[in-house]
Amino acid sequence: MVKSKSAYSTPTKLGKLDTHIIVVWVDNEASVLSRVVGLFSGRGYNIESLAVAEIDHKKNLSRITIVTTGTPQVIEQILLQLKKLVPVHKVANFKRDDKKVIFKEMALLKLVTNSSKIAKALKVCKKFNPIILDKTNKSVVIQVIALTREIDKISKNLKPLGLISVSRTGAVAMTRGAEVFN
Amino acid sequence: MVNLYSGAEIVFKSLEDQNVEYIFGYPGGAVLPIYDELKNHPSIKHILVRHEQGAGHAAEGYARSSGKPGVVLVTSGPGATNVVTALTDAYMDSIPLVCISGQVPTHLIGTDAFQECDTTGITRPCTKHNWLVKDINDLPRIMHEAFEVATSGRPGPVLVDIPKDVQFAKAKYFKPKKEKKLNIKIINRFNQKDIDQLISLMSKASKPVFYTGGGVINSGPKASELLRELVSLTGFPITSTLQGLGAYPGDDNLFLGMLGMHGTYEANNAMHDCDLLINIGARFDDRITGKIDEFSPKSKKIHIDIDPSSINKIIKVDLSIVGDVSDVISSTIKTLKNKNLNLEKSNKQKISKWWQQIQKWRTKKSLNFVNSDTVIKPQHAVQRLYELTKNQDTFITTEVGQHQMWAAQHYKFKKPNRWMTSGGLGTMGYGLPAAVGVQVAHPKKLVVDIAGEASILMTMQEISTAVQYNLPIKIFILNNQYMGMVRQWQELLHEKNYSESYSEALPDFVKLAEAYGCVGIRAEKPSELDEKIEEMISIDRPVIFDCHVDQNENCFPMIPSGKPHNQMLLGPKDQEENKITGKGKALV
Repeated sequence: MVKSKSAYSTPTKLGKLDTHIIVVWVDNEASVLSRVVGLFSGRGYNIESLAVAEIDHKKNLSRITIVTTGTPQVIEQILLQLKKLVPVHKVANFKRDDKKVIFKEMALLKLVTNSSKIAKALKVCKKFNPIILDKTNKSVVIQVIALTREIDKISKNLKPLGLISVSRTGAVAMTRGAEVFN
Repeated sequence: MVNLYSGAEIVFKSLEDQNVEYIFGYPGGAVLPIYDELKNHPSIKHILVRHEQGAGHAAEGYARSSGKPGVVLVTSGPGATNVVTALTDAYMDSIPLVCISGQVPTHLIGTDAFQECDTTGITRPCTKHNWLVKDINDLPRIMHEAFEVATSGRPGPVLVDIPKDVQFAKAKYFKPKKEKKLNIKIINRFNQKDIDQLISLMSKASKPVFYTGGGVINSGPKASELLRELVSLTGFPITSTLQGLGAYPGDDNLFLGMLGMHGTYEANNAMHDCDLLINIGARFDDRITGKIDEFSPKSKKIHIDIDPSSINKIIKVDLSIVGDVSDVISSTIKTLKNKNLNLEKSNKQKISKWWQQIQKWRTKKSLNFVNSDTVIKPQHAVQRLYELTKNQDTFITTEVGQHQMWAAQHYKFKKPNRWMTSGGLGTMGYGLPAAVGVQVAHPKKLVVDIAGEASILMTMQEISTAVQYNLPIKIFILNNQYMGMVRQWQELLHEKNYSESYSEALPDFVKLAEAYGCVGIRAEKPSELDEKIEEMISIDRPVIFDCHVDQNENCFPMIPSGKPHNQMLLGPKDQEENKITGKGKALV
């Protein structure tokens, strides 16, 4: 008998990891974000991105969008644990490849470079409707709204063209069609 | 004209409206206004502890034995941080606590003021919810909400942090709103279809077993009565977790004993071989399941729990029923009776084979130990304590370690709320303050803390509380001079390297008892044990009983780590037999 030296069981095989976008409607009150984030860190769940802002001033509601990865079991736990938090009103869960849902993220990209590379950079972003927010003869700030993985790709392609600073909002989500999740 | 009340008055008015009789606490700078108000509220009695952790555990003991929420009052900074262990303990074992903490005045928050700490930040992960009251007008609502959150659904601890200026500030008070009906709907998310499915699975099963937990206790005494009815209607065997002991009578023939790491051979094997596992109010804790991949491999699994996040958290189940245990069981019994399904009779043949198998496992007598007439065996001490106290309504608390498992194995509980032990967090030092809380709730009853000498020293100071309030608790120390469970693991897994698990210098517990103003009794020989236990019971004052036991005794049976239920390690006798046959220690 090979002895385990632990008082705990050994980990079992991990299931397949999926990326999910979880939307949480919460009371906009002090420390509500730390309750949500603390739940994730305390239970060892991932947060890949997080976007939060008040959406209804009258009802004092905020909407938190969290991109996370986990096995189906972990995702189910995240949803159930979130619903137990007192200031949480509602929780929605979407798979990243859900066709019924729009996912968008905004990025601000600053390049310090020469004008020819700036022109090239704009070409790289062309498909994603880049907006130039600021421009000097050796720098540019470009705004792009796209999918997370598209922004990943843009950033990678802009690196050799003088990209020196990136600021991203994290993904937000909205269902398509007349269907509402509020 | 509307009456305005100070924050401190509002605290007490809401405690009165919540029918609070006792609060456990310790004063300090930031709660002085609340302490000042205490004298005006004679219906609320304050129990002064010696350390805030003791206040928390005492409130837990009070809550677990009475079914009412425990209330704790502490000051800011160290007062609040000292109670964190007890809050975490209550969180893990689902015990309703309302902790009120003082805080530095609002204008000083964030300035590293004297005795300031981020109390709501520190206690966020160990409470169901907490509040920092920055506006006096929120206080009445928050106080009532605190009780609501602590006691509804799966119970647990909450904390209300009140800055000192808010305790002085004035506002209107209003009584709690009654929203009870609404809540029951939210909690019970099952329908008749689920119950029908449960019954259909039950009638098809040939090797069923009930696996019940602390949820049955938390659901109230009625749940235990209903459980007994359900078990007798079905004739199915039943096993219980550590926290569930007492929900079903421990001496009943259908009861297989506790399951899990130190559970009985028959209970664990029944869990492993069953074809239907009905979990009622338990949470598939890792001390119960052993190796997850090989946990009860052949069974259909049903999980009845009030907390939806318990379902499929560790073990995937075939049928989940989310609801209050007593409501689920009562619907099940009603349906069983309506359908006139007497499972015990209709299924008798199928189940009788299963019972024959269980009887075979029982013949292993896995709780047996080799007794001695020269040295007191700890199991023998617990057995004697049981025999000599079973005829009166006895409440048992424990610390954490070997003595806790021996108590669970050898003390047979007949009623719920008689067994208070720290299961989830495993807090050494829990038992003594918990016994204080139990005795406060049940002044005339016999309350015994079955303890270890290492655990007891962690919260020893609370014996002073017991003396102050004439709480005749009995501290029954199984003294082996080792942190016994640590020593056992070191013996089994770390080549007997007893690293730091032996206490070189222990106090003389008899003299210590006298120093605290209570009674000390020492037993060293098996021949004097009964007489001394009887002496202990007869004394109407707090007693410290120093029972010297075999230093090398290990707690068996046990499931070694990473092993499934059917590979238990039995006692020394069995190990010997197996050595001879060359099978090693793993028994099938």
